[in-house]
Amino acid sequence: MELLDSFIFITLIKAAVVLAVLLTTLAYLQWVERKVIAHVQVRPGPYRVGPHGLLQPVADIVKLLTKEDLLPPYVNKPLYLLAPFLAISMALLSISVIPFGPEIKVGPVTTWMQLTDLNIGVLFILAVSSMGVYGIALAGWASNNKYALIGGLRSSAQMISYELPMSLAIAAPLLISNTLSLRELVMSQAGGIFHWNILHGPFPQIISFIIFMIAAFAETNRVPFDLPEAENELVAGFHTEYSSMKFASFFMAEYANMITVSAMATLLFLGGWMAPWPVAWGANLVPTVIFAIAGVTALYHGANPARKRDKLTLPVFGIIFLIIAGVFLLPIVQSWLLPLFWFAAKTGAILFLFMWVRATLPRFRYDQLMGFTWKFLFPVAMLNLLVTSFLVAWTTK
Amino acid sequence: MDVILFLIFAVVAVVCAINVVVQTHPISSALSLVGVMGSLAVLYLLLGAEFIAAAQVIVYAGAIMVLFVFVIMLLNAGAETKKGRSYLIPGAPLLIVFLGLMAYYVQRYLFPESAVVRFGGFTGGGPKDIGNALFTTYLLPFEVTSILILVAIIGAVVLARKEIE
Amino acid sequence: MMNAVPISWFLTLSAILFALGVAGFLFRRNIITVFMSIELMLNAVNLSFVTFSYQHKEVSGHLFTFFVMVVAAAEAAVGLAIILTVFKGRSTLNIDDVNSMKH
Repeated sequence: MELLDSFIFITLIKAAVVLAVLLTTLAYLQWVERKVIAHVQVRPGPYRVGPHGLLQPVADIVKLLTKEDLLPPYVNKPLYLLAPFLAISMALLSISVIPFGPEIKVGPVTTWMQLTDLNIGVLFILAVSSMGVYGIALAGWASNNKYALIGGLRSSAQMISYELPMSLAIAAPLLISNTLSLRELVMSQAGGIFHWNILHGPFPQIISFIIFMIAAFAETNRVPFDLPEAENELVAGFHTEYSSMKFASFFMAEYANMITVSAMATLLFLGGWMAPWPVAWGANLVPTVIFAIAGVTALYHGANPARKRDKLTLPVFGIIFLIIAGVFLLPIVQSWLLPLFWFAAKTGAILFLFMWVRATLPRFRYDQLMGFTWKFLFPVAMLNLLVTSFLVAWTTK
Repeated sequence: MDVILFLIFAVVAVVCAINVVVQTHPISSALSLVGVMGSLAVLYLLLGAEFIAAAQVIVYAGAIMVLFVFVIMLLNAGAETKKGRSYLIPGAPLLIVFLGLMAYYVQRYLFPESAVVRFGGFTGGGPKDIGNALFTTYLLPFEVTSILILVAIIGAVVLARKEIE
Repeated sequence: MMNAVPISWFLTLSAILFALGVAGFLFRRNIITVFMSIELMLNAVNLSFVTFSYQHKEVSGHLFTFFVMVVAAAEAAVGLAIILTVFKGRSTLNIDDVNSMKH
């Protein structure tokens, strides 16, 4: 009993769970991205490796693990080996303060669904993302390669320049929520969709949300800001000379950064794990309804499928979805499954936005990209902060 | 527990600082300086200065040192070649001894025996307290530093621009 | 005892870091390393400020640290711009070679 209650033991268990879920999500996020881009382009995407390509990430992991791990002789060895380690460790570190749900009771233990709550949580995430710049800059430098160096410098300059409007866009909802701790940030948005920071208070934070999303695209080096790592521009940018697991580290770091900024957007603007309308109006039935519709649709299409292979897989998926819909109705799991569902749904919607934008938009040229942040985004973010602070000061007693 | 943390990060800080001064290639010095700043951030957390610890990592290690690393990469500065006698080997230990003696006498005659640092001994270093003091007592220096930063930005932009032929 | 660090240890660490910064500033020839030694000295002083702020249980030491960081940022920006300009003219980063106005 003493052992179960001790802080270290509980945190280790939580860390193991979060790590397992996060790494699986990273692998399958790539599957989701390929499927989304494929369906936008009216083609099936990964389809053959397992039902609907679900084993494709496994195949990719096996490929990356078994590829030859080159250490080119002309690189700066200590920095070459340090750079992917820095990138992935900073990317995974920022997940440690994100709250996934409220306080729950698992057996004899009562604990929050969050690894740790710092009262400078937002600053911690900003600090860790500032340190992530080093991974990319050092990768470009250590590779002893013109293209990698230019790609690394451009990418790190872009990340630093976009940290400014991002910080200002983060500061505005913090004025409304009045706390830097992520747990209290979510708690201050309780009470339905009109208390979420995006629609709250004296000044709805819609402009802040848009600025934050644009800066998030640039921070994670995603389209339309992915010139430093575009394949047809600079060979492969800063990770040209990397292969196998080190390349996989950069890849995982990029997806982990995507998850972090989506989670930040959810926590800052969209109310974290709070439901949009009160439980009394049926907010607990939403996941059941969604999964039931998905299950029924899958079963319906399984009756006469477009491709012969789907005659077996679609009905199976339909039944699985219906079972999940039933699970959401059990009161024993509702206390922790429902907030987790809302958090995952909101973060997933923003991740879908990332992939949708990647499938749709062309990329900026580098001078356009830098001009955009210094001449437009930064002044707009400052004005937004000014207006928000004025209105908050005016309406606060 | 606090003593172990202090010793670990103090040793890391001193080793990285020695590395800054001793390494020939500027980029190794720069990365060692980032190490110093990181360990100092942990020591600030031990002293209850949570906002300053975060600001240290965001501003110092995450922006100023990135600027240093950029300039080193752009200038493609190579390792320093030995020119003439270096006074580093006799000079650095002498300085450490001198300042160490000063520190010892300061602490011996200025501090009561019971002055100790515990994690959690000072809780007034959070963002709320810093914000309160910054915008009331220290408002004038705050505004002056904003002008200072503006001047620095203009100066850096003017100095580093390309001359149009 | 294991739970408490004497304040003097923090000040000694600050003195050691400051001494190393001074040593680097006086004895190194590469201008960028000299600059980094200055930053090391500023960090040592920051540690002193925060330590004294803990001793007197006041937040003013933290604010001084904050202002030192701001000034260090401004100084780093302008100083590196000056280094870039000098490098453009003389193609050397060794301060022994920049000892006359004529080049």
